[in-house]
Amino acid sequence: MIRTVLAAAAIAIGVTAVVAQSDPIAARRQHMKDLGAQTKTGAGMAKGEIPYDHAKAQAILATYVEVGPKIPDMFPDASKTGGDTAALPAIWENKADFKAKADKFTADAKAAQSTVKDADTFKSAFGGLTKNCGACHETYRAKKS
Amino acid sequence: MLRKLVALGLVAALTGLAVFWIVTMPAAVPASALSARTADLGNGREMFFAGGCASCHATPGAEDKTRLGGGLGLPSPFGTFYVPNISPDPEDGIGRWSEADFVTAMLKGTSPDGRHYFPAFPYPSYQRMRLDDVRDLFAHLKTLPPVTGRVRDHDVPFPFNIRRTLGGWKLLFLDGKPFQGDPAQSAAWNRGAYLVNGPGHCAECHSPRNALGGIVAAQRFAGGPDPEGKGFVPNITQKALGDYSEKDIAYLLETGNTPDGDSVGGAMAAVIRNTSQLTAEDRAAMALYIKSLPPVEGPKKPEKKQ
Repeated sequence: MIRTVLAAAAIAIGVTAVVAQSDPIAARRQHMKDLGAQTKTGAGMAKGEIPYDHAKAQAILATYVEVGPKIPDMFPDASKTGGDTAALPAIWENKADFKAKADKFTADAKAAQSTVKDADTFKSAFGGLTKNCGACHETYRAKKS
Repeated sequence: MLRKLVALGLVAALTGLAVFWIVTMPAAVPASALSARTADLGNGREMFFAGGCASCHATPGAEDKTRLGGGLGLPSPFGTFYVPNISPDPEDGIGRWSEADFVTAMLKGTSPDGRHYFPAFPYPSYQRMRLDDVRDLFAHLKTLPPVTGRVRDHDVPFPFNIRRTLGGWKLLFLDGKPFQGDPAQSAAWNRGAYLVNGPGHCAECHSPRNALGGIVAAQRFAGGPDPEGKGFVPNITQKALGDYSEKDIAYLLETGNTPDGDSVGGAMAAVIRNTSQLTAEDRAAMALYIKSLPPVEGPKKPEKKQ
């Protein structure tokens, strides 16, 4: 009996792990959280609440450059609904525009990697860069509840 | 006896109609109330961005947000409103409007042909604006490019399509008072309160509304269902923004970035396109005022769909 329970539990854990890996909604939420964590640090530095740290600034941009290109593929057709998602159907109705907006974010982040040298250049680049977040969230994310 | 009763009924009905007609009469500001002055175009531009005119009136999809051709559909529980053309085009926009026409629209919610505007046009907030600010805004609008194209009629079913009944709505929700400052507070706080409650019309979305579509005064700024029906508008009193510093709020108005690393979306993204153009002093004043809003519990958010 105990063996059966243990076996069932083991299977359940295995299944959960597989689901987590192949769950695009959970995956993109994690990617967005990663972006958000970096953006939080960036906003703190742009506001002057955290002292400017060049390594941190470059780490923020590196995350943007790494996650940005994944954005268009984070929203496969099968992930319109079904989980905890704020993604709007407009994403799938305007795929070209959605991809263009994500690509612009990545391109801007790449450009910033060479232009950001100090607190001032970071502040101005970061403001422009994060405009891309709002540009997508305006049309493609439901109002947060 | 029966004849007397019928006659009495008729008199009562006619009296009722007459009273209705008088109390629902659209108000106007006469041209004689406007003394001659030279417009301050810089201030007009500031009012244009504080008022967020382009958020609704810019032609949807156009890159150039100064082309105010209108046409955006605003869904609501009362029907869909189509935002008018307020570019200076003489045929399709407001090119032929007098200054008094514009002041009347902004402060009284009445059109040049003497009809009530639907309060989808947020005149319950704009009525708080200083007369000179409204006049400067008109002067600024006149400098923008004319856009041709008349916008279609609103799609509002009976009985809400009877504009005269809006006179009754105005009796309930439009007090006609200009902005009242608080002399106990600083000049910056008063400036912020003016911008938020007057031109900024923040409460129009960030407050719950009652069955008649009026703002629930006790829960002003406490958030509520999106009037356009697409979600939930956040509470911006200290109940929800306790963790935000004044600087955080000012930075959000400048960039759209929240202190937790997120960015605002939906209709607020368009608001940021406007507030980002304001002077840093005006954003700081708005932040100071918003940070001072006492905590108020808003309506319950709907359960998250799984």
